[in-house]
Amino acid sequence: MSTHTTSRPAAAGPTAASPAATGPADPATARFELVREGAHRDGVEIVHYEPRFPVPGTRAERRVERTIAFFFLLTALSATAFLAVFIWWPWQYEIGSTLSKLYTPLLGLTLGLTLAGLGIGVVIWGKKLLPHEVAVEKRHIGSSDPEDRRITAAAMVNIADETSIGRRPLLRRTLALSLLPVGGVAIAPLVGGLITDPHKSNMMLRTGWDPANNDGERVRLVREDMTPIRPEDISVGGQITVFPGIPEGRTNKHADSPTLLIHLRATDAERARANIGRIPINKDAMYGNFVAYSKICTHAGCPASLYEQQTNRLLCPCHQSQFDILDNAKPIFGPATRRLPMLPIELDSEGFFVAKSDYPIPVGPGFWERS
Amino acid sequence: MSTNAAIRNRRRLDLRAIPGQTVGELDDRLHSARPLRSLMNKVFPDHWSFLLGEIALWSFIVLLLTGTFLTFFFDPSMEEVTYQGSYAPLKGMAMSRAYESSLELSFDVRGGLIMRQMHHWAALLFMAGIVVHMFRTFFTGAFRKPRELNWIIGVLLFWLAFLEGFAGYSLPDDALSGTGLRIANAIILSVPVIGTWASSSLFGGEFPGTLIIPRLYITHVLLVPALLVALISAHMALLLLQKHTQWPGPGRTNTNVVGERMVPRYAAKMGGFFMLVFALIAMMGGLLQINPIWLFGPYEAAVVSAASQPDWYVMFLDGSTRLFPAWEIRAFGYTVPALFWPTIVLPGVLTVLPMLYPFLEARFTKDKQAHHLLQRPRDVPARTALGAMAIAFYVVLLLSGGNDVIADKFQISLNAMTWAGRVGLLLLPPLAYWVTYRICLGLQQHDREVLVHGVETGIIKRLPDGRFIEVHQPLAATDDHGHGELEYAGWTVPKKMNRLGALAPTVRGFFFPIEKPAAKPALPRPAEAPVSPAVTPVRQEIESGRR
Repeated sequence: MSTHTTSRPAAAGPTAASPAATGPADPATARFELVREGAHRDGVEIVHYEPRFPVPGTRAERRVERTIAFFFLLTALSATAFLAVFIWWPWQYEIGSTLSKLYTPLLGLTLGLTLAGLGIGVVIWGKKLLPHEVAVEKRHIGSSDPEDRRITAAAMVNIADETSIGRRPLLRRTLALSLLPVGGVAIAPLVGGLITDPHKSNMMLRTGWDPANNDGERVRLVREDMTPIRPEDISVGGQITVFPGIPEGRTNKHADSPTLLIHLRATDAERARANIGRIPINKDAMYGNFVAYSKICTHAGCPASLYEQQTNRLLCPCHQSQFDILDNAKPIFGPATRRLPMLPIELDSEGFFVAKSDYPIPVGPGFWERS
Repeated sequence: MSTNAAIRNRRRLDLRAIPGQTVGELDDRLHSARPLRSLMNKVFPDHWSFLLGEIALWSFIVLLLTGTFLTFFFDPSMEEVTYQGSYAPLKGMAMSRAYESSLELSFDVRGGLIMRQMHHWAALLFMAGIVVHMFRTFFTGAFRKPRELNWIIGVLLFWLAFLEGFAGYSLPDDALSGTGLRIANAIILSVPVIGTWASSSLFGGEFPGTLIIPRLYITHVLLVPALLVALISAHMALLLLQKHTQWPGPGRTNTNVVGERMVPRYAAKMGGFFMLVFALIAMMGGLLQINPIWLFGPYEAAVVSAASQPDWYVMFLDGSTRLFPAWEIRAFGYTVPALFWPTIVLPGVLTVLPMLYPFLEARFTKDKQAHHLLQRPRDVPARTALGAMAIAFYVVLLLSGGNDVIADKFQISLNAMTWAGRVGLLLLPPLAYWVTYRICLGLQQHDREVLVHGVETGIIKRLPDGRFIEVHQPLAATDDHGHGELEYAGWTVPKKMNRLGALAPTVRGFFFPIEKPAAKPALPRPAEAPVSPAVTPVRQEIESGRR
């Protein structure tokens, strides 16, 4: 490998004084001396400077040029294609596999090629055609010049002196006193408006099942389409998501209310009944072979909605907490720590399921004030 | 030339003089010749690993471009509407205006879908760029004095980008993002003392309410981006001020920067790289579907599907949430939910610990020097092993974030996956530490072996007494025992004959050679090795062995 340093500006040497005055025949060389001088003034020494192709017009050089030109042409072509696709390709959504399904992929492909052609071309230009150089720049390490430090420090101390804060304790103290609440003034209007009391209207405890939402009447259990449910509507071993039968009962306005109504098999129901008897608040919550548990996971609030019929387990798909339906929905695996609350249910005079009352304990994830 | 012609010439606009005149006029007003020259003369060292941060920077620019487009159509409103757009399967469904306008963006705006998908892919790439750039900075010791401040800014940028990403993918109000918000609400609730107040204040009452999407929107398009732009600017300004670190090598010392001036070659490569990152994002945005919100449906509190995973950079926190045992503290009538530890305390530790790391390391190694030369990871086994430990910890959490999918696809018990994650989280990081430490020591040892004995040539020689030995090519003049006297210089030691020029130069040309290959150089006993103590006079930078 040849290692000719600084091949173009052949006449090197210390030309710091006035490079232009030496008057070399080649203006390019003279200009490069200026560049070198400029770099020198910025603390940069160009120690190696080597054109990629010292002899212009060789086959190798033309080849690099052709390669770059190819990529620029690719850009021209795909940019045109992008515009054509953007304007004329059918783009509106239709059902089935139609040409419009290719609209976005084609845009991505043509736009990608457009940018990639430009990018590759420019990178090759930089790497293969532009002169290779090694420049060394001085690095100032450590702190500033001691003299600069001293002068700046003096200036700063002087400023402090000019304010004379040191010898005016009255001003100092009153200023500190006035600044003390200013932080609060800055924050209060920003944050104050946001603050909402979480205990207003018992938000953490009440759900849509509270009879107060229904003029004091017990709230019916309804399906997604707001129709009420009779016991015979659910097959043995089946389950259904129910919502409070009140206006907007199934919308996100009552995000804590979705409940899972499960029709247990007779043998499972026996076990469930025995276990439920042990927990005072759940004692009268079961109706026949039916149980209703909150669908809102006590861990992070996802709907714990994967019901395994064979094992009578309820799985939350977010963090895999598992609850035993036959034992008061006790958490048996995963990060959940509390049982799913049980909704006390019975039938109303027309034979539809209703909630006897609201959930006796808060629904959903744990929080500080909860005992 | 007649006088008349001369006058005509003078009056005619001289096009070639315009640029010069303009620049002159500009300088009259801005006085910028010298600062401009200084900027162009800035020297940048070259190494592929220095490009990793640029991936993040260029992705951020794409994010700004595509994101601005999206705001022209997205409506951050939780008002309930009935869908009447062109995506037939959802027609007539009740949904929020935010979700409806996201569907409009995807189906009823020409080129809207590719913009949405490019924005999402660019966000994923932005985070990935930040993470690999942090790895590079950590493992090479680039965070050491005087660059601790820039490292801290980098850590803050990571968490800001994390927040920005979460706010962004919560905006469409589809089933997946709504579930994510619900979990976020539970996380806020889990904070002791202020949790419920913080939650109801952020959501403006009970979850989900009607305020959270507009609030997330202004956070996503104004507050966090403004902070990101400010911190990225500070990051770049500090880089210019302190100059880039460099690898050790011939002529490279702690007091210089060896490389090339910014303009033109470095700038060309940088600009080209921007185009390439942009191209990659465009192709991914067009060809690879991401976050198909129309398949998830609008958010309803009772609906969720299995395999609900967040974006990759949030997944490790999902994993920590899944693995943490059901340990809830209940005392004096108050509760600290289990959720608090893996989702508030862990990220808190992961914010503070990296920020303190430069100072901790300096304290433990009693190193108060400024460093501008990078270290090879093998030369600082303790730090490299700590990094590997952190990565092992992270990877276990990341995989656990998708453990239900792994369990499903590989027919493994879900509970077994959770337990594997719990045990793995405790066992794998120390194991990674030990293995990495040993590998570093082994690599160090091999470097020194080659420096002393030379490069293996692959030539087996039989000695007169019948022994077989492999011939080694020494890297420098040897002593009486045939041992080289080179010292390790903190940079790559050539370990293959090809690196010493034993292979003929490449013949250029695709179908036929376009130039005659140069004659193969005869391989002499090298008088001076590629890494020679003679050209690396500054020794205080290079450390080896245990720290």
